[in-house]
Amino acid sequence: MAILEVEHLSKSFEQTEVLKDITFSLEKGHVLSIIGSSGSGKTTLLRCLNFLENPGGGVIRVNGETLFDAADPSTMQESQIRKKRLHFGLVFQSFNLFPQYTALGNVMLAKELLAKAQPDYKARKKEIHGEIQAEAEDLLRQMGLADRMNNYPHQLSGGQCQRVAIARALALRPDILCFDEPTSALDPELTGEVLKVIRGLADEETTMIIVTHEMAFARDVSSQVIFMDDGRILEHGTPSEVFEHPKEERTKQFLSRFTQG
Amino acid sequence: MELFIEQFPIVIHSLNIGFIQTLKLFFVTLLGAIPLGLLIAFGSMSRFRPVSYLMKIIVWIIRGTPLMIQLLIIYYFPGLVLNVTLWVGEEGRFLAASIGFIFNYACYFSEIYRGGIQGVPHGQEEAGLVLGMTKSQIFFRVTLLQMIKRIVPPMSNEIITLVKDTSLARIIALQEIIWAGQSFMKGSQGISGAIWPLFFTAVYYLIFNGILTVLLGRLEKKLDYFR
Repeated sequence: MAILEVEHLSKSFEQTEVLKDITFSLEKGHVLSIIGSSGSGKTTLLRCLNFLENPGGGVIRVNGETLFDAADPSTMQESQIRKKRLHFGLVFQSFNLFPQYTALGNVMLAKELLAKAQPDYKARKKEIHGEIQAEAEDLLRQMGLADRMNNYPHQLSGGQCQRVAIARALALRPDILCFDEPTSALDPELTGEVLKVIRGLADEETTMIIVTHEMAFARDVSSQVIFMDDGRILEHGTPSEVFEHPKEERTKQFLSRFTQG
Repeated sequence: MELFIEQFPIVIHSLNIGFIQTLKLFFVTLLGAIPLGLLIAFGSMSRFRPVSYLMKIIVWIIRGTPLMIQLLIIYYFPGLVLNVTLWVGEEGRFLAASIGFIFNYACYFSEIYRGGIQGVPHGQEEAGLVLGMTKSQIFFRVTLLQMIKRIVPPMSNEIITLVKDTSLARIIALQEIIWAGQSFMKGSQGISGAIWPLFFTAVYYLIFNGILTVLLGRLEKKLDYFR
């Protein structure tokens, strides 16, 4: 069964339709890359999945559970949305780390706040804190940041910041981890270290949706690729289908810029 | 010189009493204006238009007119125009001055707060949201400290200005340090025609502002560990 099903999703800002009839599904452990030019709706799609935007129409299901249905207002209650967001993780282009916390603090904060809601939190406070810290340290080590845990974001390079942000998203064990152009703010060298980490996650069968302009990477790491144009899914298939045998003229035109360069 | 040595303790005693009134006005203004400014800031950012317009008009009027005139109106308007005796004696003058200062400074503070709140990048809130945090958790654990860091330098500026602005309360005869210094010109406790006590009040302001500058500088430095 698909871990994520999106059906007929649409979204408008004022008069402009930015998402039109988006339908796709994603299997557990698979990696979906979304490519397309700026303004094609890729980022808006990710923001809808993370409930940062309210879709105008359509359905979002995770593990068969309907998280959002435009026809059912009860799925849009503010109190419920917070829990639904936890099915997804989101890594931003601009990292958005919390500047007043260390790398470790950034990874631990949300988990600790969630733990406070547990009924046995007061009795097991120290134990829970220890578990959360150990997990966070493991994640940062996995990201190659063993010696950077107690640094503040402004003391880290962009690539290190982005890896902290990935660890922060992973700490909550989301079903699906989303990346919104994770390397667009980085120089080529730093891009490499972030992509390496994402590739490592793909090898461990982390379910991911990656919006990216790194075509070679998308082709290499994905199980399926979506090409979006003007708010629609224009092409959808395996990397070899989309990159080597695109059906649409628009896709060929978009990809030509990358194959030539 | 002998005369000066004879006058000095008398003058210092009076100036000290005046300066206590100055300090009282200073602290009461801070205590009132810091929270009131926050209310005005939230009001002017309200999505409910009538509230935000009202707040903006109040801020415009109060920042657009001299504090001295505001003090005169608060103090004299009830008695001279409405025939109501509101402010009795030194306590009444202090109350009138406090109200004028609190409103005036709250308006300035509100604009500083607004800048601080709007200066925190929206991405901070979004990062909190996708991590399943509630709005209040995001405010207290993520954005608040970043706002405080942003407002400390402009607030320090206003606070140091406030120390000196308290002298404006002299216009309604509040017995603060300028009033105390001036009294020796007209004649008080056997001293008259002396102008140096008035000039000497500057030393009090200077020393107090020196202390404040050091304290506020320390606070700024404490928040320097992040950017």
